[in-house]
Parts: sequence; structure tokens; C-alpha cells
Amino acid sequence: MTDTLTPDAPVLHARGISKFFPGTIALDDVELRLMPGEVHALLGENGAGKSTLIKCLTGAYRRDAGTMLMDGQEIHPVSTADSQRLGIGTVYQEVNLLPNLTVAENLFLGRQPMRGGFIARRRMNEEARAVLAGYGLRIDPAEPLTAYSVAIQQVIAIARAVEMSGKVLILDEPTASLDHDEVQLLFDVIRQVKARGLAVVFITHFLDQVFAISDRATVLRNGRVVGECLLAEMTQRDVVTMMLGRQLEARTKARDVGPAGKTLVEIDDLGKRGMMAPFSLNIREGEVVGLAGLLGSGRTETANLIFGVEPADQGRIALRGQDISIKNPRDAVAHRFALCPEDRKIDGIVGDLSVRDNIILALQARQGWMRPIPRAKVEEIAQSYVRALDIRLASLDMPIRLLSGGNQQKALLARWLATNPAFLILDEPTRGIDVGAHAEIIALIEQLRADGMALLVASSELEELVAYSTRVVVLRDRQQVRELTGDQITPDNIINAIATEEVA
Amino acid sequence: MTSQTIGPRPSVLRRILPQLVILAVALALNVAVFPEFFQIDFRNGRLFGNLIDVLNRGAPVALLCIGMTLVIATKGIDLSVGAVMAIAGAVAASVVVDGHGWGTALLAALAAGGLCGLWNGLLVAVLRIQPIVATLVLMVAGRGIAQLVTEGKILTFDNPGLIHLGAGTVAGVPTPILIWLALGALVTFVVRKTALGMLIEAIGINERSSRLAGINSRVLLVCVYLVSGLCAALAGVIVAADIKGADANNAGLWLELDAILAVVIGGNSLLGGRFSIIASLIGALIIQSVNSVILLSGLPPEFNLVIKALLILGILVIQSPRIGNYIYLLKASGPQPEPDAPASSPTKEETAR
Repeated sequence: MTDTLTPDAPVLHARGISKFFPGTIALDDVELRLMPGEVHALLGENGAGKSTLIKCLTGAYRRDAGTMLMDGQEIHPVSTADSQRLGIGTVYQEVNLLPNLTVAENLFLGRQPMRGGFIARRRMNEEARAVLAGYGLRIDPAEPLTAYSVAIQQVIAIARAVEMSGKVLILDEPTASLDHDEVQLLFDVIRQVKARGLAVVFITHFLDQVFAISDRATVLRNGRVVGECLLAEMTQRDVVTMMLGRQLEARTKARDVGPAGKTLVEIDDLGKRGMMAPFSLNIREGEVVGLAGLLGSGRTETANLIFGVEPADQGRIALRGQDISIKNPRDAVAHRFALCPEDRKIDGIVGDLSVRDNIILALQARQGWMRPIPRAKVEEIAQSYVRALDIRLASLDMPIRLLSGGNQQKALLARWLATNPAFLILDEPTRGIDVGAHAEIIALIEQLRADGMALLVASSELEELVAYSTRVVVLRDRQQVRELTGDQITPDNIINAIATEEVA
Repeated sequence: MTSQTIGPRPSVLRRILPQLVILAVALALNVAVFPEFFQIDFRNGRLFGNLIDVLNRGAPVALLCIGMTLVIATKGIDLSVGAVMAIAGAVAASVVVDGHGWGTALLAALAAGGLCGLWNGLLVAVLRIQPIVATLVLMVAGRGIAQLVTEGKILTFDNPGLIHLGAGTVAGVPTPILIWLALGALVTFVVRKTALGMLIEAIGINERSSRLAGINSRVLLVCVYLVSGLCAALAGVIVAADIKGADANNAGLWLELDAILAVVIGGNSLLGGRFSIIASLIGALIIQSVNSVILLSGLPPEFNLVIKALLILGILVIQSPRIGNYIYLLKASGPQPEPDAPASSPTKEETAR
């Protein structure tokens, strides 16, 4: 990070920004420099700290350490409204405008042109028309906002943010729900904003778009800045490497693959329109298949389709050679499938229930309510998993939401191990948990494989995938693009498979 | 901090202690305005006394709050129970007026209530309509249906078997008391001795997680509304039997609100999750005791609703989480760290404890 990169003075310079949450460091000494008239991409996998950083910059969170300089003056935004006044405007993925108001009202809400205590509607519409024309939009500002597409609404939101703030514009995944032409429309607008001398922060998971519009990028990983770079000097592969991170020398692992078991699960052309391209996958007993790919590449979608969270609309699944029908998770559980979901809080824990009840939940659901597991048996199961997985808790009666992330994850693993699954799907099993629990979970995966279970593990941690997978399937844009086996499984090969541009 | 002592389960007594204390206070107020409150006589083969009246008059709300507790535990609400009472009363009355026996009438009323519950359950579980809206439909339409059954008039009857359900006694104890005690015990037993209670709590706390764990949340949701409908039907039959007639306009009027209140006074969260039927039943008795205080105090009746509202406000304030935290802080001497993080993530202290 040398100063030769930066001839101008930054319009916004955040230095040493740190933010702590209980049990985790969300941001650690992060620096972000935004130059006037540049588009600055903020990159990183989920959980890298992008949104926490944005929230600190816009005053939605209070930073725990660090300074923010706006044109050389130190600022302390305490709310998003405050940061707007200071010159930092933000546009989110879900347009944060009011759908029932007109375009002009949305543009001028809170600062309408007035005449004699009344809103000067005609003047407001004229001004709105002029403002929007500056962005190449020729629309009727007296129409309600909902008359226009999401892309147009995005542009209106940008126009509002630029008019109100005028120094820094933060775009948080603005293109996530836009089609190709709409993205181009938005890019034209971004270029105009850039030409006006604003610093634009662009957050997206689409690397092609990053390279198409951005001048500079800051890459975050695990709450730290991995680097700041001029994108003209980088390839997509370099950026992916920075985002995912890797030690140059992958640990030489003693992979004891053991005898290949029988094929347990055969998946044939399973897919769902608009969600996941059809894919096929065979998984044998005693095998860990890793699912690699960037965020949004289809890892979670693959897991959800197999487990019936989202019913597939084509393809078939066979278990030990027999076709089975999985229309919902209950069917999957009945066939001794198990899924530890990615989002622990939303899809995993039942927060107010005790740890004990959470552990036996899936087993009890499979047995049905008529056959309660006897109390002594419940106690035995819960206690044995608490010991085996070293779950740290004060009491089995405490609500599971009070446990730390790593212990919650272990309790969820216990929930599924208690059902004695034949096929265990783990979606990001180590996300957001501390280092100790991390190592224990990896050891557990290894142990379960050695015991003959079939596992499918989706993860964004490459080294982790390399450590336990006997095979790695690489996903990109919701399609399987590559399968790696044996010695091919290295972080380098995975990155290459992810970053290889599609030959369309 | 890291030792893994795995403590005993929290006792039922500890759960219902606040409700018992409030009930004791409410009963003490009754004694203060009417010293002979606890006096019970045995005359003409029946127990008499103000306490018996509280237990007897509280029967409809007590019955309603059994089903309502389960519905609220799933993060739902059932606004239709008052109207379902009217329907069930009308059905029972019309069946005995047609010359059938009281058993047939009771079964017909239960069938009507069950059907209403099923309707609510399907709207909520299958069509995914918000419970408050879904049950509002029947709350409004139900009285119309009841009027159609009674053909717009108050349908009176003199079938002794049916009247016995509301006004009779068994071994000296008024029948309604026995009915709500028995049903409360039965439902509590079923949900706690099977896994139903835990599964209902799970879908109330996090339906998505529960579904992913393989719970059939749809069937469970339909079931709780079904139970609520059956409870309402029983309450409706008792009320009709008590006045020897079915009044489609007034039977069970506003009782859905008393039932919800009983559940809330019972310490059950309207956000769903952990529930206690016993606590709700005590809540129903608290409401009835408050009614009794107002009656016995001899105040002009126009004060009734205002005083009831004030007393209940007081009860809810005592139970509010903020006051609860305050009391907790007073008990736990020493300064507590101010949690700075979002409320959803527990502080380190809590995590380790």
C-alpha cells in the first residue's frame, strides 16, 4: 500500500477501523481510501466484513477504533442520516425508496420545494425531470415509483443519494436483481456520477462487473484488508486468490482414502429452473465430496435441492440403487439424510429451546410426536454428544441462543448425528466459529468419513476443503464446471477452476 | 466457567410462581372487600361460596385459554373462539330442540367447533394467511352462521342432560369446574407426555429451522387450531346450558380477548415458543378473581371495565421484560456490563455462563 498509487488526496480516508462483536473481531485495523472520481470495488467473501465496514462508514454501527477523514477533516457519523449530511450516500440492493409515492416525491422527500407552506408540486416535478435527465432518464416524475422497473428505481435512488450527499456514493450489490441491459444502464449512470468527481464504492459478487466498471479495489478477508490494488494491473485469478486466500504451500496431507465404499447416493440431472442448472453427482460411503465456488455459485442451492428444502423440478435421486422421492426435508430425514445449513441462526437453531431439545429435535421429528424419546434416553443422547463434541455449556437447559457460534454449530451437528445419518450434508460448517472449534469440526468430518458415512461439504475455505475432501466439485454461476480428484485437489487448481473465464 | 455441570430441569413450580403470587394477591383483595370470601357451604347437594363461583364463572375463559395457549405457542392467534362458542351453542340447542339427546347435541357441537378449527388451521397452515387475519374471518362470519342456525332468535331448551353440563353438579361440584379441570389436565398430559409440546414450541420459535429438522409443521399447525375450536365448542355448550338457551349475538362475546389475556397473564409470549397451559389456566382464574373483586366491592357497575383495565395493566407491567430485567439487576448486585452489540447476539458474559 504505497502512496505512489495515489496522486490525489482521498475524499474519504478511513484508517485503523476496528469493530468487535462478542466472540469475534468483525473488522481489524481496516483502511479504505476513496479517491474523487473513481469507482472503488469492495471485495470479499461473505463474512469478510464488507457490510460491517459499510455500516461503520455510514454510522449505522459505531466503530470501536479508527479515524475517518473526509477531505482531511475528521468526521464521526452517528447515524445514516448524519453521514448523508456529511456527504456519504448509500443505495442498497433492495431499493430503499417509498413505492407508494411519486418519483419526484421520492427524489425530494424531506426537502421538497415549498411555497407558502405547501409543496410546490409543479416546481418539484420540473426539478425532478431536470435531475433525472442528467442521468439519461426521460421519465414522468409525477408517476408513482412502482410504475418503473427495479433498474430505473435504482437510478432514482442513486440520483437521490447523489443530490443529497454528493461526495461518496456507496452501492451495495446494486446489480443483484438486474438483467444484462439494466446493468449497462446502471453502469452508464455510475460513469456519470464518477465524472462529477464523486467517489463510488461498488460492492458486488460478480467479478466481471467489478472489472468492467471499477478502477481500484480493496479486498477484505476475515475482517482484515488483504490488499488494495489497481484493477488494470490485475487478473480475475489474482483477485480470487486474494479473496479466498491461501498459504502458498498447501499442507501436505496424509490422505488415507481407504477402500472406496459402495455408491450410496446417485443424483441424476437434478435441477430447478431459475435456481440451479441440472447437475449429477455420485457419492459413495466413506467419501467426502467438497463443493467449492464463490458466493452465489450454487453451493447452498445444491445442498438445498438434494435435501428438499427447495423441491427440484427435474432429475432424480437414488439411494443404494433405489429411486427415492424427496419433496421436503421430512422426506430427506426419513431416508436418513441430514443437512447442517449455512445460516445457523435462521435455518438451524431453535433459539429459545434448550440445548437438550435442540439436540434431539430431528430424531424426535423422525420418530413422530406419538413416540416421545424417554427422558433418560434424551439425557443420555444429549450428554454423550456434549462430551463427544466438547460442547461448552453451563447446563443442557440453557436456551441454545446463548451458546457461542462454535458451540451452536456443534449442537446442530449433534442434532443430526443423533439421527444416525447415512448421508450428511454440511453447508459452511466452519463459518463464523473460533479456531479451536474449527479444528475440531474438521477432525470430526475426517472421523465420520473413516466410519463410512457419506458426506457432502460446501465451503468457501479452500484449505479446509483440500484437507478433508476425497473429491472436489467446483461450481460457477450455478453450474458444475469441474471435478477434481486425488492429487488434483489443491487450492491452486480450485482457484483456477473458479476463475477460468467461460468460453461462451 | 468451563465446567460442564449439567443442571436439573427447571421445575414447573418456578415457572408458575409469578402467576400464583398474582392470584394470591387477587384473592386477598377479594377477602379485603368481602371477608367471607373463602367460606364454602354445602347445601342441597351442591357447594356454594364465592371461591366456587370464581372457579365456575371462569370456566368458559379457562376452556378457551387451553386451546389459545397452544395456538399462541405456534406464534399464532385465534380470534374466532368467541364466535365458535356461539356456533357450538346454537348447534347444541337446535339439536336438542329437534328432539335428540344431550349426547348427540354435545357431539354435534364438538363437530361444529372442530370444523371451525380445521377451517382456521387450513387458512393458516396451507394458504399461509396471517393468523390474525385468517381467524378474523370466522370471528365476523361466525355469529352470522350461529344466527342462521338459531334462525335469528334465542333458542331455548329444557333438556335436563344438556342443562346439567352448564348448571348441574357432580358430587356437589359444579360440572363446568370439573370439565375445565379435566380438559386442562388431559391436554397438559398429552402435550407433555408426548413430544407434541416440544414440537409445537419449536415451530413457534423458528418454523424454518423446525421444517428443516423434519418436523411436519403444517399438520401441527392445523392440529392446534383444531384443538382451539374444540375447546371453544365445549365453552359454548357450557354457556348455552347455563342460560338454557343459545344466544347467537351475545354468547362468548369478547371472550376471545379474555382468553388471549389469560394466556398473556400466564406469562406466555405472543411471539410463540415456550408455553405453560397451567399458567394460562391460573391466568384465567386471575381474570375471574378481578371480576369478582369488582362485583363484591359494591362499586357502581360503570366502574367495572375501567378498574379491570387498571388491574390488568398493573399485572402486565409487573410481568414486562423491562421490569423483569430491573428486578434481575437489583438481585444480581454489582454493575452489569452495558451490552453494546446488537440485541440478537448475547454478550460474552451470557455466553460463558
